[in-house]
Amino acid sequence: MAKAKGAIVVDIEKCKGCSVCVSACPAQVINLAAEVNDKGYHYAYMENPDNCIGCANCGVVCPDTCITVYRAKPVTA
Amino acid sequence: MDIKEIIKEENIVYKKTSVLTDKVMHYCPGCTHGVVHKLVAEVIEEMGLQEKTIGVSPVGCSVFLYDYIDIDWQEAAHGRAPALATGIKRLMPDKVVFTYQGDGDLAAIGTAETIHACNRDENIVVIFINNGIYGMTGGQMAPTTLPGMKASTCPFGREPGQDGHPLKITEIVAQLPGTTFVTRQACHTPAAVRKTKKVLKKAFENQINKRGTSFVEVVATCNSGWKMSPVKANEWMEENMFPFYPLGDIKDI
Ligand SMILES: Cc1ncc(C[n+]2csc(CCOP(=O)(O)OP(=O)(O)O)c2C)c(N)n1
Ligand code: SF4
Ligand code: SF4
Repeated sequence: MAKAKGAIVVDIEKCKGCSVCVSACPAQVINLAAEVNDKGYHYAYMENPDNCIGCANCGVVCPDTCITVYRAKPVTA
Repeated sequence: MDIKEIIKEENIVYKKTSVLTDKVMHYCPGCTHGVVHKLVAEVIEEMGLQEKTIGVSPVGCSVFLYDYIDIDWQEAAHGRAPALATGIKRLMPDKVVFTYQGDGDLAAIGTAETIHACNRDENIVVIFINNGIYGMTGGQMAPTTLPGMKASTCPFGREPGQDGHPLKITEIVAQLPGTTFVTRQACHTPAAVRKTKKVLKKAFENQINKRGTSFVEVVATCNSGWKMSPVKANEWMEENMFPFYPLGDIKDI
């Protein structure tokens, strides 16, 4: 069962495949895709979406501001 | 939780500020300029300064900065940004005025403008991106190039006996009575990026409080010029640049 608390959406066409988000993620969520975007860059994507904690580290370091980060609010019963 | 449940407007914790334009930046992948542009835009947004801020863009890779941050701008001749900022701020003291300059711009051709603006207590913010070379023109040696560091005009590494010593201009301006806040930061990790944003905010606040010159150096990578991958360039910077250009506040009064 998925245990993700967070998720990211990458603006694939803006991404330059620099990979700094891959190194910045504490949960090994991100990798570069085998496919390329229209500019020819291997873009970032969530390889292990279940691990994302929504910490926003990836968004913070991205030089091209390609990443929007979401974090689920804790469920209150 | 299902990803579709998470990806909802109300769960957004990080997104592009609207003060950044939608234009795709021309920088090489992984360039520190993009990160600092974003931080400046975020600080302007959070402080509500979009209508009040005038930036002075340099000559160097960041010459098109005026296309990326949606505020008023003036483009300076190479190295002259602090002189232009002086004029703007003196004529329009209610505006928030900053320069954004590379190390070639600020510490080579513009050394005089930098030092004299800082020495005149000009109430401006100076943002200094130190990547150790002239990025835009092909990675030539800059005043900031480290001893032994390779650049296109010192392919075997800078030799201080022949090529001069690297200039710590940030330490120089810290000695001048006109500066109130002088700091050196970097953007190689999420924590470092968050710290850099904090000092930029403080620099802008200083200006609003009429406290003289705030000078923020960001030790940066130019991975194309250094001929490394972006991630490797960050590691190289940590190992080689930080011992010579240590991070932290140099002056804070
Ligand atoms: C008066 C003048 N002299 C020289 C140049 C050539 N020139 C353009 S950019 C540059 C250096 C830029 O290096 P830096 O300020 O470190 O910025 P970076 O490109 O590394 O961000 C030089 C020498 C110029 N444009 N104008
Ligand atoms: S940091 Fe940004 S540009 Fe670089 S790979 Fe990640 S999403 Fe793409
Ligand atoms: S939000 Fe945090 S955990 Fe999720 S992908 Fe980004 S860096 Fe990784």
